[in-house]
Amino acid sequence: MDKLIIAGRSFSSRLMVGTGKFSSNETMVAAMEGSASEIVTVALRRVDVDNPDDSLLTHIDPKRYLLLPNTSGARDAEEAIRLARIARAAGCEPWIKLEVTPDPYYLLPDPIETLKAAEVLVKEGFIVLPYINADPVLAKHLQEVGTATVMPLGSPIGTNKGVRNRDNIAIIIEQAIVPVVVDAGLGAPSHAAEAMEMGADAVLVNTALAVARNPGAMGVAFKKGVEAGREAYLAGLGKQQDKAEASSPLTGFLGK
Amino acid sequence: MSFFNTIQKYDPQQVIDTIEAMTATDVQRALAAEQLDNCDFMALLSPAAEDFLEEMAQKAHAITLRRFGRTILLYAPLYLSNECHNSCLYCGFSVNNPIPRRTLTLDEIERDARILHDQGFRHILLLTGEAPGKVGNDFIAAAAKRIRPLFSSISIEVYPMETAGYQEMVDAGVDGLTIYQETYDPELYKQLHPSGRKRNYNFRLETPERAGKAGLRRIGIGFLLGLGDFRSEAFFAGLHGRYLMHHYWRTLLSVSFPRLRPAEGGFQPPNPVSDRQFVQLMCAMRLLLHDAGLVLSTRESAELRDNLLPLGITQMSAGSCTAPGGYAEENSATEQFAIDDDRTPAEIAEILQARGYDPVWKDWDGAFLQKETG
Repeated sequence: MDKLIIAGRSFSSRLMVGTGKFSSNETMVAAMEGSASEIVTVALRRVDVDNPDDSLLTHIDPKRYLLLPNTSGARDAEEAIRLARIARAAGCEPWIKLEVTPDPYYLLPDPIETLKAAEVLVKEGFIVLPYINADPVLAKHLQEVGTATVMPLGSPIGTNKGVRNRDNIAIIIEQAIVPVVVDAGLGAPSHAAEAMEMGADAVLVNTALAVARNPGAMGVAFKKGVEAGREAYLAGLGKQQDKAEASSPLTGFLGK
Repeated sequence: MSFFNTIQKYDPQQVIDTIEAMTATDVQRALAAEQLDNCDFMALLSPAAEDFLEEMAQKAHAITLRRFGRTILLYAPLYLSNECHNSCLYCGFSVNNPIPRRTLTLDEIERDARILHDQGFRHILLLTGEAPGKVGNDFIAAAAKRIRPLFSSISIEVYPMETAGYQEMVDAGVDGLTIYQETYDPELYKQLHPSGRKRNYNFRLETPERAGKAGLRRIGIGFLLGLGDFRSEAFFAGLHGRYLMHHYWRTLLSVSFPRLRPAEGGFQPPNPVSDRQFVQLMCAMRLLLHDAGLVLSTRESAELRDNLLPLGITQMSAGSCTAPGGYAEENSATEQFAIDDDRTPAEIAEILQARGYDPVWKDWDGAFLQKETG
C-alpha cells in the first residue's frame, strides 16, 4: 500500500487506533497488533504522563507506535491547550489529537473552541490533528491555520453506525490540502473500507475493536478493510448506476 | 425555573398509580424504543416489567458496552467528619445518635488519603455530615487542596452549598459532586428530616443545578432505596437526570443506587427493595439514560456486585470505610452505615479483570481545572 504522510512523517498503515474501552491492556495490545497500526491515540486524562510506570503507557512500545495523545474531556480551547502543553512537557512528541468536546454525552466536537485551540497549538509548534464534525468550511479554516490533518467524524463517536456524514466528508476530501482521517463511528471493516474508497487518507477506530468478542481478530479485519478500500480507491472504482446501460444507446446506429 | 417546576407538575400518588397500571404491551413497546419517553420509562419500572428482566438486562448491557466499553472506574470515599446537626431518621450520623464525634485534622486527612493513593486510587470522594460551624466550606476546600497532589479527581458528598460555595470548591480542585435527594416525595422527605437545615426539600432538590452553574464537571444524583415507593422514586430520579443533562449539558451525570443498610439508630426501611427490583431499576435507568454513569457502592454484597457488573454499572467504590479516620486506624469512630462488600481494592481489581473488565483508576486530570498554570 502507498505510504501515508502526515507532517512529513511516513506511515505504512492507514489505520489509527484508540485505546479506550478495552477489557484489559492485553486485549488493547492484541487489537493494536492485529490492526498493524502505527499511530495509537491515548486520552491524557486516562494516563499519568509523568509516571514512567503508567500501566497503559508501558503497554505501548514507542519504537513501534507513534503515541498520539488526545485532549478528550477538554471543555474549551484553554483546557485543551493546557493538556497539550503538559503532554509535551512530560516528554511526548509534539503531536496532539485535538478534541474539544464540551458535551460529555455525544462527545461532539466544538468547532469554535477547536479552531481557537488549533491556532494557538500550531503557533507553539505542535503537529495538530483536530477531531471535527464533518463540516467542510471548518475543515478549510483549520487547514489554513496549519493543522496536519483534519479528522471528521463518520457518525457520533461510539455509535458504530458507519459513514453517515458521507456527503460532507466527500466535500472535505475533495477540498483537502492535508490528509483526511475519518474518525469515530466506524463500526465494521466495511465502514472503514467505504471511507477509504471515498478517498479518505486514513481512518481511526476504537469502539469497534474494544467491544468486539475478539479485539485482536477485529484489528486484523479492519486492517484488511482499510487496505481493500485504499486499493480500490487507487485502482479507480467504476461509477454507480441505477440500471444497466448499453455502451452507446443513442449513437450506436452510426456504426464505427 | 428549576427542576422543582418540573416535578411540581406530578402528583406522586398518580405517578405510582400510572406505573402500577402499565401492561406487558407497554413494556414491549418500551423495549422496542430507541429512546424512552416518560410512558416507556414508567412501563419499565412497573410490576409488569418484572417478566421482562432478562430482555431489559440484555439491552442495558449492550448500551453500556457501546458507550463505556469494558471498563469500570474505581473510587474510594474518605470521611472527613461525622459531625452533623441534622436528624435524618435513617442515618448513623444523626444528631440524635449518641456516638463519639470526630473531625479529622488536615494531617489526618492526608494520612488516610495517602493510604488510598497507595492502594491505587486516583478518584476520591470526600464526605462529611452537615455541621457548618465545625466543618464548613473553608475546611472542605482546605482538605481538597491538601490532597490535590495525590488524586486526579476529587468529588464531594457533603451538605448542599450555594453556587458561590461550589465555585470555591472548583477553585480548590474539586471537580465532582454527589448529592442524593434521599426521597423525591416532599411529604415523606419532611417526615424523615424532622429538623436541621436539611429539612428544606427545595434547596436540596436544586443543589445539582447550583453545582452545574458553578462549573462542576461531574454530578451524581440518586435516592435512598428503601424509603419511598422505589418505582415512583426512580421515575423522578430519571426525570431529574434528564433535566440536568439537558440544562447542564457540559456536566457528566451519574446516578447511584444506595440501598439502605443497617446503621446506628436502628432505622428499618419502610419500603425495602429486593434484588430483583434493584436490577429492574438499574436496567430501566440505563435504558432511559444511555450516557449516564451508573454507580454501585460497597453497600451491596460482593456476590451481588459481581453479578450486577454487566448490567450497566460504570463506577464502583472499593475497600470503603465510612468512619472518619477509618483507613489509618481500627475502630476510629462510628461509621455512617455498615458496608457489605469488604474486599480490598486489589481483590476487586482482580475480580474485575477475571470478569473481562478493565479496572480504571484514572479517568480525569486535575490539569483540566488548573487555570493558573495555563
